[in-house]
Amino acid sequence: MKINISKRDYNTMLMHCRSGLPNESCGLLAGSVSGEMKTVQKIYLLTNTDHSPEHFSMDPKEQLAAVKDARANGFVLIGNFHSHPASPSRPSEEDKRLAYDPSIDYLILSLQERDNPVLRAFGIDTDKNVTVHEVHFI
Amino acid sequence: MMILTVAGKKKNYPERLTLPALIEQEAVENPDYVTVTINDAFVERGDFAQTILKDGDTVEFLYFMGGGTV
Repeated sequence: MKINISKRDYNTMLMHCRSGLPNESCGLLAGSVSGEMKTVQKIYLLTNTDHSPEHFSMDPKEQLAAVKDARANGFVLIGNFHSHPASPSRPSEEDKRLAYDPSIDYLILSLQERDNPVLRAFGIDTDKNVTVHEVHFI
Repeated sequence: MMILTVAGKKKNYPERLTLPALIEQEAVENPDYVTVTINDAFVERGDFAQTILKDGDTVEFLYFMGGGTV
């Protein structure tokens, strides 16, 4: 599986996550799916209701609004993202445990090295097996 | 029969369908971790069993989305 994201959307995500420091930030990704390729066409910046540097929970009202907006634009929910302010870009045990939707990509933006952000994408199935997906900047 | 809009799609369902029956019929994965809205109102999990859907209702299933670094 590969996920395409524009540099503009990536920069929007990066700014959102940097502005949320020292806490984790989060959001949703909507777009299209073609075979093994997903393409991000709209990014939604959501509130981390935990307001924590080590945890995040998406605001369900914002989540609902994003899902409805995505559908109105003809997009599907293809992924979510959150930042790791001080740890690498890989799913933590909590990330895996709380990954309930096997159909979406889970993107993690590490800001561990402030000047060298790292974005990676993962699939997490119902048995909590993790697959690394290629992120392609377009 | 009645018409519900579920996750953006209109379909026919039997009258007096309960919310748990709809969740089962739609084969929602990990249903214990799904939040449900009916006509944009969030349904408390404790109210699921008593919730009976009505003709014209719009239902959304939202997965809890969260995580952490631990």
